[in-house]
Amino acid sequence: MTKMITLIIDGIQVTVPEGTNIVDAAKKAGIDIPVFCYHPKMHPVGMCRMCLVEVGRPVIDRATGQFVRNEDGSLKIQFNPKLETGCTTPVSEGMVVINTSDKVKRGRKDILEFLLTSHPLDCPICDKGGECPLQNLTMAHGPGTSRFLFDEKKHLLKHTPLGELIYLDQERCIQCGRCVRFQDELVDDPVIGFSQRGRSLQIVTFSEPGFDSIFSGNTTDICPVGALTTADFRFGARPWELNAAASICQQCPVGCNLTLNVRREAVASGKVVIKRVMPRQNEWVNEIWICDKGRFGYHYTESIERLTQPLLRKGGELSPVSWEEALEVVIERLRQAGENLLSVAGGRLSNEDFFNLRKLTEGIGGKTALYTQMGGGDLVALAGMPQGSNLGELGKGDAILVIASDLHQEAPIWWLRVKQAAERGATLIVALPRPNRLDKFAQHILRYRYRDESGLILAMINALSAKRPELPQKVNALWRDAEVQAAAKAFAEAQNAVIFFGSEGVGLQTSQALAQACTNLLSVTNHLGRPNNGLIPVWQRPNDQGAWELGWRPLPNLGEEMGKAGALYLVACDPAADDPALSLTPDFLVVQDLFLTATAKLAHVVLPALPFTEREGSLVNGERRAQRYYPAVPARPGPRPDFAISGQLGKMLGIDLEDRIASKVMMRIAAEVPAFAGITYSALAQAPEQWPIIGRADLYYGGTTYENKQGIGVQLPNGIQRGEKLTLTWPSLAAGTPDEEGTLAVPITRLYDGGSTLLPSRLLDQRRVRTVIWMHPAQASANAIQEGDLVHLQIGEASAMATALLDEQVPEGVILAPRSTGIPLHEPHLVQLKVVERS
Amino acid sequence: MKRSYLLLRHRDIPDLNDLAVYRQHGGFEAFRKAVTTLQPHEVVEIVKASGLRGRGGAGFPTGMKWSFIDNKNWPHYVVANADESEPGTFKDREIMEGNPFQFLEGLMIASYAVQANVAYIYLRGEFWQLAHQLDRRIQQLHSAGLLGERLFGTEYSLRIYTHLGAGAYICGEETALLESLEGKLGQPRLRPPFPPAVGLFGKPTIVNNVETLANVPLIIERGAEWYRSFGTEKSPGVKIFCLSGRVNRPGNYELPLGTTFRELIFEHGKGIPDSKQIKAIMAAGASSALIVADERALDTPMDYESVPALGAQLGSASIIVIDETVSMDWLIRKTIHFFQHESCGKCTPCREGTYWMKHIIDRIHRGEASQNDVELLYDVASQMRGKCLCALGEFSIEAVLSALERFPKDFAARVAQQEPAL
Repeated sequence: MTKMITLIIDGIQVTVPEGTNIVDAAKKAGIDIPVFCYHPKMHPVGMCRMCLVEVGRPVIDRATGQFVRNEDGSLKIQFNPKLETGCTTPVSEGMVVINTSDKVKRGRKDILEFLLTSHPLDCPICDKGGECPLQNLTMAHGPGTSRFLFDEKKHLLKHTPLGELIYLDQERCIQCGRCVRFQDELVDDPVIGFSQRGRSLQIVTFSEPGFDSIFSGNTTDICPVGALTTADFRFGARPWELNAAASICQQCPVGCNLTLNVRREAVASGKVVIKRVMPRQNEWVNEIWICDKGRFGYHYTESIERLTQPLLRKGGELSPVSWEEALEVVIERLRQAGENLLSVAGGRLSNEDFFNLRKLTEGIGGKTALYTQMGGGDLVALAGMPQGSNLGELGKGDAILVIASDLHQEAPIWWLRVKQAAERGATLIVALPRPNRLDKFAQHILRYRYRDESGLILAMINALSAKRPELPQKVNALWRDAEVQAAAKAFAEAQNAVIFFGSEGVGLQTSQALAQACTNLLSVTNHLGRPNNGLIPVWQRPNDQGAWELGWRPLPNLGEEMGKAGALYLVACDPAADDPALSLTPDFLVVQDLFLTATAKLAHVVLPALPFTEREGSLVNGERRAQRYYPAVPARPGPRPDFAISGQLGKMLGIDLEDRIASKVMMRIAAEVPAFAGITYSALAQAPEQWPIIGRADLYYGGTTYENKQGIGVQLPNGIQRGEKLTLTWPSLAAGTPDEEGTLAVPITRLYDGGSTLLPSRLLDQRRVRTVIWMHPAQASANAIQEGDLVHLQIGEASAMATALLDEQVPEGVILAPRSTGIPLHEPHLVQLKVVERS
Repeated sequence: MKRSYLLLRHRDIPDLNDLAVYRQHGGFEAFRKAVTTLQPHEVVEIVKASGLRGRGGAGFPTGMKWSFIDNKNWPHYVVANADESEPGTFKDREIMEGNPFQFLEGLMIASYAVQANVAYIYLRGEFWQLAHQLDRRIQQLHSAGLLGERLFGTEYSLRIYTHLGAGAYICGEETALLESLEGKLGQPRLRPPFPPAVGLFGKPTIVNNVETLANVPLIIERGAEWYRSFGTEKSPGVKIFCLSGRVNRPGNYELPLGTTFRELIFEHGKGIPDSKQIKAIMAAGASSALIVADERALDTPMDYESVPALGAQLGSASIIVIDETVSMDWLIRKTIHFFQHESCGKCTPCREGTYWMKHIIDRIHRGEASQNDVELLYDVASQMRGKCLCALGEFSIEAVLSALERFPKDFAARVAQQEPAL
């Protein structure tokens, strides 16, 4: 039970938990104490001196230990003759804080006058104008005229790139230190810092490339002046000209809440365009942060390469046609295909899209397949994060296991949440064959060999439970390992435990096995069915979980299935590009996507779809939270939402589908799919008040992150919560490693990839991963490969060329290849290497 | 009256900075006594009883500071503050050059008292030669079995490391010193918590000035009562007064606390050159308010209680004498420049205020200012008062405000002159 303290601020009585500082306590009472350096998500430093207030404390008689009272019985209050900084002062019982006296007002005026002496009068050209705490506080508290001589102003560097993403104006900087502390304290990337001292104190970057942090954009939100700006938005627009649309990021399964700022502009021929992506507060998902991929990765939605018209193959060539003509052809061929129809869809689609497409396909008699190399979503639907969970609550006494995933590159905000949970005392167990950014915060680091993932989890179970089914010898070796036993024990003893499982080192079957093993571990350690206990999948796409919840399943041997199908309906996936060795020659191929992909070029009909920015929809994130997104810009004429297309097709075929209004599709989902019972678009739009109160209206206390008025989403109850039974089945492990010819190549995810939804963001080009392979120096010399050599990789029937890079952190005996760079490697596979060109 | 030196004993005993000589004169007997016959808390009690107060400028009772160390958090550290950077202060340097072993012995006794096994000496960067000498001397102590493991056959072990700063006055502030020692930017921390609770690397730490520590061996050797026979009741002991400025004999003078300004300046310092009139006294180096040097001031005893009656602090007792040839605008231009240069920049009022004051005083001094500017200077300094994060900012305005209040004629004259000063 946290002790509560009662104090009086400006005559208002406030009761807050012990340890709260005066600024936060005042906030709870609706009183704004102005701040610059203080941020509710960081430790206070008391540097800017803006929050100086008068503080009085009850006098305690030294002899008796009792409060001294006045004649009228009230507590005798002794005021500190010096003003105190509210942010660094914790509240105490009976404290009296005065925020409105002349002394305090003069203090604020003085501090503002000091800040404005060398602060340049850049407002007319500064991006921050209009959402600038310094502007607002000066209007509220500051002097109207300057007594400082312009000639004596300190001059420092202006519009200097810290890296190519973030620009710094050293003159505007008020040395509050928020950016430096954010990078150091919150995201463990201390790549910027202060240099010099006194009035020459300035921000510099230490890294190459400059400001090398995947969270760098957040510093531009929390900077209280226009010192830090993004290259993406600089000189883009005035904040008051922007409209705000609530959206959900679609780059990874975290599902960060976004606000897209849009504006109609002449330069874009009168179109409404997205000017920038900002975070939207959701303390259950991303708090107030987003990673740079989400912030800078929206440009594909505005690409001129986007499909705008349906295409029909006539005389060997794809020609633009009307929707009527295209749909007629599709209807005809789908009807013909009947049970020979295979619909394959990728995880970019919304819940409504998946629902309608499945209904359509099965209504015709066909089959569906989820386009993914990662399994286990059915287990997540059953044993994933239950309703009422929040990663932000995990701490001392809880445990987190992360296996087969480099969270920092695959789901940055989860990396951040896990790191923070570990810092709050949660036991972190990191299982990955190579060093990664979570190791530093882990109590247990388990280095296993690629392909031993499930074996490791089973070994942990064996270390704990008496139930030991017959398992291969290598598992026995693992469970005798002291480190594994210690980790297993820590996991079992935790009050609450979650497991993140990913796709590094596993393919479809092996990830399903891994998910099963993890579920078993949760089960035998009694970590199921309660909030903050469950399985979290690190999918490669934003709505894979939604797909699984809505009955979509991957097919083993998808390539074969696609080869056998009479008609193929491919939506939001590009198998031809992913797998060049694949032969796609069905009788009828219809492709529905945003761009003319390699697969689309092979199609008989191409149907243009809308990106998420131009339509409504909902997703289910990896923590099983259903969230809705709203259209940000008017839909480009031509393309239609995916669910509308399949809805229309359905209607034309006599299948009862909703084809116009997304919320109505959700109503049907809610009626049919138990997990979604009670979910409506209204429910998804519920937005309770959140703490800390970030808000934009009150002097940007927490930065320019948008407050969330459009909904925090609803976490779906998992199967166990709904009464479904979990049966423990033991995944079968490969008996041993067969004799192998070649080297094992393992695909890994890098945040800035070359995928079609990120490539159009040219801003990220310098940080984008190149077509390379990484190998340990010993591995390289065994293959006579030198750093920088161009190497030919034979991957089964497919091949690729990549530059070889040597890295001691790569486990020996494997090579690592990044996804989405054109190397057709989607699960671990033996490859043959040959040097083609020396460096 | 010739009294033997207690701290500057090398002025009595040649080659006292040689370990053999130091030991011949009873050196390290106090340390042996402490480690072999006294409990750590007993050592603390003796120092407490002696009334010794910090000699770095704050005057905080040393024994009391030692008793605040958190005994629930380990390990403990002791750090000797040898960052001597206050303008007009040069006492610690003489101690470390002439009588280093007494200082080291004091540091070692302090470490034993708070049960620290590691001690650091933080020296200002410009003292690199001193640091090398100290390193050699520390090595000698190791060879002599006075530092290292299991001293005198007990369980107590102690190592001392020297560490150089890099030219920042702010690193004399104890928490900024700790930040610098930890390899971080030398900026003061928030207090509370104070170093005895959370200090070096987050552990309980005692930071003491060099001169303070040099007093300790004598107190242990001869007792608290003996120490109290010098000085005054509330400010016992002897102090090294650093006399400088417009005097005939500047230098370090070891005298009991309570000695008057008059005695120091006119008897020991042999008065003002060229028979000029004394005008003002800065008692705490550049961090002082200007004391009007009237008869009452000159007869005031130099101790921590009496000086405040003159509207100033004794501080580190770096007595700078100002005579009628010095114009106050010239003087505070020096102090303002100093503080502006040394401001760490962490807090707004000091960072911006010292910069602003510098420009105003430069203009006044160049003869390009009006009386409004003089009032503005006063305003800016007043605006800084009570708002700064640490003592640097707070004390940087003392000279400015006191000069403007107590010597307004100097500024009026400068403004009226409208020509550059000498």
